[in-house]
Amino acid sequence: MTKGSATTSSYSRRDALRMMAIGGAAGLIAPNLLGKPAHARTPTKPTGRVIVGLGQEPTVFNPLMAHIEVDDGVHFSVFDALFRIDPQGVIQPNLAVEVPDQKNGGISEDGLKWRIRLRDDVRWHDGKPFSAEDVKFTLELITSPNFRSWRTAGHALVRDITVLSPTEISWRMEEAFAPYLSFLTETFIVPKHILEKEANPNNAAFNQAPVGTGAFKWGKRVAGDHLELVANTEYFGDGPHIERLVFKYIPDLTVLYTQFKSGDIDLVGQPYITPDHYVEAKTLPNRVVTLLPRTSFESFYLNLERPQFKELAVREALYAAIDKEAIIQGLYYGVPTPTETFMPRQSFFFNANLPLHQFDLNRAGKILDQAGWAKGADGIRAKNGVRLSFSNSTTSGDPLREQLQQFLQQTFAQLGVEMKISNLPAAVMWGEFWMQSQFDSVIVGSSYLIGADPDVTNRLHSRSIGAKGGRGSNNAQYANPEVDALLDKGARTFDPEARRAIYSRVQELVRRDLPFLPLYQSNSVEGLKKGINGFVPNGNTRTESWNALAWYWAS
Amino acid sequence: MSAFLLNRLFQSIVLLVIVSIIGFTVLNLMPGGPLAQFGLDPGMTQKDVERLAAQLGLNRPLWIQYLDWAWRLMQGDWGHSFRDGSSVLAVIGRHLLATLLLMGTSTALAIAAGTWIGIRGATHRYSLFDYCATVGAMVALSVPTFWFGLIGIYIFTLKLGWVPAGNMYTIGDGSVLDYLHHLILPSMVLSLVHVAIWSRYMRTATLDALSQDFVKTARAKGVRERRILLKHVIGNALLPMITLAGMQLPSILTGALVTETVFTWPGMGRLFLDSLGYSDYPVVMGLLIFSAILVVLGNLIADIVIATVDPRIRLA
Repeated sequence: MTKGSATTSSYSRRDALRMMAIGGAAGLIAPNLLGKPAHARTPTKPTGRVIVGLGQEPTVFNPLMAHIEVDDGVHFSVFDALFRIDPQGVIQPNLAVEVPDQKNGGISEDGLKWRIRLRDDVRWHDGKPFSAEDVKFTLELITSPNFRSWRTAGHALVRDITVLSPTEISWRMEEAFAPYLSFLTETFIVPKHILEKEANPNNAAFNQAPVGTGAFKWGKRVAGDHLELVANTEYFGDGPHIERLVFKYIPDLTVLYTQFKSGDIDLVGQPYITPDHYVEAKTLPNRVVTLLPRTSFESFYLNLERPQFKELAVREALYAAIDKEAIIQGLYYGVPTPTETFMPRQSFFFNANLPLHQFDLNRAGKILDQAGWAKGADGIRAKNGVRLSFSNSTTSGDPLREQLQQFLQQTFAQLGVEMKISNLPAAVMWGEFWMQSQFDSVIVGSSYLIGADPDVTNRLHSRSIGAKGGRGSNNAQYANPEVDALLDKGARTFDPEARRAIYSRVQELVRRDLPFLPLYQSNSVEGLKKGINGFVPNGNTRTESWNALAWYWAS
Repeated sequence: MSAFLLNRLFQSIVLLVIVSIIGFTVLNLMPGGPLAQFGLDPGMTQKDVERLAAQLGLNRPLWIQYLDWAWRLMQGDWGHSFRDGSSVLAVIGRHLLATLLLMGTSTALAIAAGTWIGIRGATHRYSLFDYCATVGAMVALSVPTFWFGLIGIYIFTLKLGWVPAGNMYTIGDGSVLDYLHHLILPSMVLSLVHVAIWSRYMRTATLDALSQDFVKTARAKGVRERRILLKHVIGNALLPMITLAGMQLPSILTGALVTETVFTWPGMGRLFLDSLGYSDYPVVMGLLIFSAILVVLGNLIADIVIATVDPRIRLA
């Protein structure tokens, strides 16, 4: 995303496309997107407009404030961060000229001292030059007590921020914390000269008309309907190639799809085309419909403190009794991809060598028999007075998940296992009931990663069990000292190859221990009009619009 | 008149206080709350959620939160949205015109068509027209609006291509004609229910008026039927409709939840639904108070208009 030769790592859309192809994810994109040289026909000046349809309305335009996924598309377009993450999960420079590591001296050997060199050719949309002062201001605003900031993890460890020159900044970390680099790819830099004048940054006018350094400038917003960004022709990087980028809010998902069909929108953004329309969408003329890998991981999640689930044999047997293929093909229209791990397959840290699940009801029965779970008079297995009966909960009103539950209920019944369905509204489900491990088992889909960093301390460390006073969301109450040690080590290790070994081992252990039974990794059904070039999906970000600066219409 | 108005004002204030207390309590009793959306965000720690709750003042006792909100409201401060920090009045202002356009058009359509159908149904009682109108009204009332909306989009947009599939205007166009083109389908769909209601009321009111003594007298005098209808019947039949129209006023400004969603119309109804979904308490409370004020105003206006046009009624 850099134009100048000043950078050590020049990163462009072309590189991204090439990496996509190397990375093996190319099959996910229609061949006609990759077939032509993407750089060949970009217009000389930004032309045309792309309308992205979204199922939720972006409303938070100060990228540092608490926000949700749909807001990300605006943030990635209007702002820049120090770094960006590419589709392969490799961190690339954005406002920085290089990614600091221990080899280039950007990060000290003990991981505590960070020094970042910045570009000198960046200007805010109002023409003022960007400098290290803006970075300092941004990092300080995030932890300022009255500011309603989004995530503070990592930022809270930063001390002694020093502006060494307009293009160089350094700070000290309270403890070595490797994931911070990845967090910085989602930390967009805001202008000091505008926000420092605000008495209350939470209600600042800036939040409704943001000024960034990004490839698109703020245009206008019609609340409840759409917002329009316009090309920043002074952008320091390659692009933008379209003149206007519009995010259109369409709350009803059927209507979202209908407007894609009718041509009112050019590209379907979150939450994408619903799986039940996938087959039909693929047949639409002049549309390209593909599956994008997401970071969200769906699992049959267990509460390991329940006596039914304490024994590994039970978890193994239940896993063997899940007919994943039938679920994915029969219920989910073939959209998701089966997986054995919480780590998304597009991640650099994905372990592809985990034992593969096999549906085998007989084997499941044998495992339980051998472990001493014998069927009682009521047909339900029991051992030492514990019946193999439990409840399963998920968000009520989700028809696909409810069908999945009924399907599993029937299979488990054949095995002599009783599963009762007890669903709750979303707000109740994911409140205390979830955070304080008040469930027996749950069907849940969520990302385990913050940014694209593999650190899953929050989800799997025994220190992170909310029900035991921990600060994280290890709600399965999983505790494995080896995993704990690996997670601690991983958070302090900066070398990506060394980290890959650590997190591969974590995935191995979690696959063996089965604190949750992996079902699938989510894919989104992305649809765009034929003629939009330069669209590259990036499962390491939360938005389809992470690189709108590279999009252009075929002339 | 002034005693009546003073009395009304007092009643209205009591009503608003009660509405706001109930609204505030129910809203806060709803499980989840504005921070539940971050429950599955892997990067938001429990600490982050607690910090945000404190910053939004959500960790205070409920009655203090209410008093704080009410005190500010009395000073004209409607609060700020939890979602984007904009002032509540600004948020309402951004959605008001869209709703006014859609609801105004459909209400005007409904009143015109409903009045005509109702009168014709009453004067041609038990005719084929009357039966059709009755059955039509039953269908319009019992079939959910979103179904009409989706069927309308399917037929008139996807099959015939006559009208757009929702939206208030084409992005990049926005001319008057473009607005009108987009207005056709949603306003028709929305007015269906109101035509049904209005025509039923109008039919009953007209029948009522037709059976009055003064109509019989007029007929006995040999006044022509058309003149009876225009001069004696319709005027009297319209009186109860004024109250109905008064009750209609709030909905013109507060919008239609379902239709606005199906037709992606950026109005107040959708704002309410969205704000509820995000538990954006200040905006939901703002909308609640706003519509309560409109209900009070609508009824007041209806009372005054009736008293003005009907000499039998005196405001006291």
